[in-house]
Amino acid sequence: MHSYHLDHLQYLESEAIYVMREVAASFERPALLFSGGKDSICLLRLAEKAFRPSDIPMPLLNIDTGHHFPELNQFRDRRAAELGCKLIIRTVESAIANGTAVPAPGEVSRNRLQIPTLLAAIEEFRFDCCIGGARRDEEKARAKERFFSFRDSFGQWDPKNQRPEIWNLYNARLNPGENMRVFPLSNWTEMDVWEYIRKERLEVPEIYFSHPRKCVRRQGQWLPVNHLAPPKPGEQVQDLVVRVRTIGDIISTGCIESPATTLDDIIAEIAAARVTERGSRADDKSSEAAMEDRKRAGYF
Amino acid sequence: MPVPIHHPVDILRLNTCGSVDDGKSTLIGRLLYDSRSLMEDQIEALERSADLTGGGQIDLSTLTDGLRAEREQGITIDVAYRYFATPRRRFIIADTPGHVQYTRNMVTGASAANLSIVLVDARLGVTEQSRRHTCIAALLRIPHLVIAVNKMDLVNWSEERFIEIRDQFEEFLPRLDVKDVQFIPLSALTGDNVVESSRHTPWYPGPTLLGHLESVHIGSDWNLNGLRLPVQWVNRPNRPTDPQLHDFRGFSGQIAGGIVRVGQKVMALPSGLVGTVKQIWTYDGPLQEAFCPQSITLVLADDIDISRGDIIIGPDNLPGASSDLRARICWMHPRPLQPGRKYFLRHTTKTVQAVIAGVEDRIDMTTLEPEPNPLELALNDVGEVRLKTSGPLVFDGYAANRLTGSFILIESGTNATVGAGMLFPPTEVFKPEYSDFAI
Repeated sequence: MHSYHLDHLQYLESEAIYVMREVAASFERPALLFSGGKDSICLLRLAEKAFRPSDIPMPLLNIDTGHHFPELNQFRDRRAAELGCKLIIRTVESAIANGTAVPAPGEVSRNRLQIPTLLAAIEEFRFDCCIGGARRDEEKARAKERFFSFRDSFGQWDPKNQRPEIWNLYNARLNPGENMRVFPLSNWTEMDVWEYIRKERLEVPEIYFSHPRKCVRRQGQWLPVNHLAPPKPGEQVQDLVVRVRTIGDIISTGCIESPATTLDDIIAEIAAARVTERGSRADDKSSEAAMEDRKRAGYF
Repeated sequence: MPVPIHHPVDILRLNTCGSVDDGKSTLIGRLLYDSRSLMEDQIEALERSADLTGGGQIDLSTLTDGLRAEREQGITIDVAYRYFATPRRRFIIADTPGHVQYTRNMVTGASAANLSIVLVDARLGVTEQSRRHTCIAALLRIPHLVIAVNKMDLVNWSEERFIEIRDQFEEFLPRLDVKDVQFIPLSALTGDNVVESSRHTPWYPGPTLLGHLESVHIGSDWNLNGLRLPVQWVNRPNRPTDPQLHDFRGFSGQIAGGIVRVGQKVMALPSGLVGTVKQIWTYDGPLQEAFCPQSITLVLADDIDISRGDIIIGPDNLPGASSDLRARICWMHPRPLQPGRKYFLRHTTKTVQAVIAGVEDRIDMTTLEPEPNPLELALNDVGEVRLKTSGPLVFDGYAANRLTGSFILIESGTNATVGAGMLFPPTEVFKPEYSDFAI
């Protein structure tokens, strides 16, 4: 006898598929933000579940900061090709070259410069909706985000003026120039994402699993040694066995020492973790309100 | 490496509400802190801000007051969602503010909840805000209610005071049709009766707050009587050369009620066209049956015209179909609802135009009595309204089905979501023209 009951992953999956289909039905020119990271890998599987046997009815969009882990970009390109999706890449490099993005004197991080690059891509392709993989459990400002997050014609998020979201009735109406960011994984936690990856047997980039890497200790974190951020005088380069828990730019993503080589290992490690996922992202540590300020300006 | 913890299958969705300073954020902080759901960097950030501003005292409310404006004013201005798990359950908390102009956020946070926690300051007792929040929780038909009498440490853990407050609630609770209420005396600040039982309340035999959240029977909130599949998206692969797919036509959506089985007869409303279920298509393979709230794609044996906004139903428990509706509306916008005004009405996957035909009553939040024939519903008002829509809605009463009995109103021009509506049961059910529409 059947029990008519969904477990937590089935419930979250059904909710996310519903949100994806709302996007396909409500917007004329949606795009799906795909970085090759674990959350957007889940998004792609959910898109398959929402739209097959049809093609996924929207292109994939990635803003390449030029500071991505090379492993991530290889994975991104291969996965998009496997799914037969159109992949649009816009780079911070060319946004700087054409004056769309202007770095501050001495600014090394590309994090802030992603914003004008993304907004320019939205304008170029006249996207009215971007699906993103953000989750509310990631960070305090994200915790206040809606599934359908309205952005004005400057791409800004106004946390005081969000549309009430009641039941599952999403208000997708826009005026010209405005757009929507939609987050199907809003209710997922880091643990849900990894359990879903295991359940669906999804491939993830190798850097999520432990591997040998040269690192330096900086601001309490192990940062990968690379040509963009060479070791500073006095810093000791160490050979460690590490993995990444969340992937940002190569210059700001902390690695954690870990023996986790399988999905089961990762899930066990997260269950026992004592630090949040974004604890290893230097971009979020810069101030109490770092994420809020970036979101107000049009961040993902 | 420790053994992976076993993850429970239950998700309990809850929301917290109370007036400013009732200590909601502190309570949630306490739940997370004492249930060891906080990570070291969060505790570190807490301690860092305590050193900077708090004179060394850890302020648990800063865990949820995430936005700068909130920290500056010390209030919560929008719904914040928090996630935690204990070995017995997973929890999604919507922290909804009590500040008077933000009541709309409470409706947002509470609409999907299994359980509401209404916080009361033990020193102040029941306020208009507590009545309002209890009333909204009742209107939204949240199955379980917890009255958390907070700051008991400031009234010397007085049993007398606790009973007094309980009596204040019980004066108006019977009028609200709430089925399950639990009163808990606690202190979010000290943690008594939040996760650990308090030694200050030997007179209280009940569970701690977390104990109650872990054990309250949530059963199934989903309606399994009477199939309702609001069609979201028509799935038509563009593959003229693939014989498997060239005439594939599926109707995708999340089941909003009931169970659907292969081979059964279904009807598309409002057209009334009848068909037979040929396949329940999913990415993971075909299903023999599917139920609420699964997201599926139905393939019918018959070629009938169905599009987004239509509802596919089964032969029993027929819904209503009408352009004349009665509903309770929570108004969420500074521009009031008035008779004659037009809005877009979003119900299931359908959007129609609606005109306000009349405002029947407005609930007085102090007495909880309806006042007949008000001129309008202002921001945060709740009242009964008659509407006329540009096309018929296929619907159920909100009490029977939250998903097919609810709607939102959208103002044209600004596109603001201005109202949340809960439909009264249909006065008559849809009558199929075909007499053979039966199992």
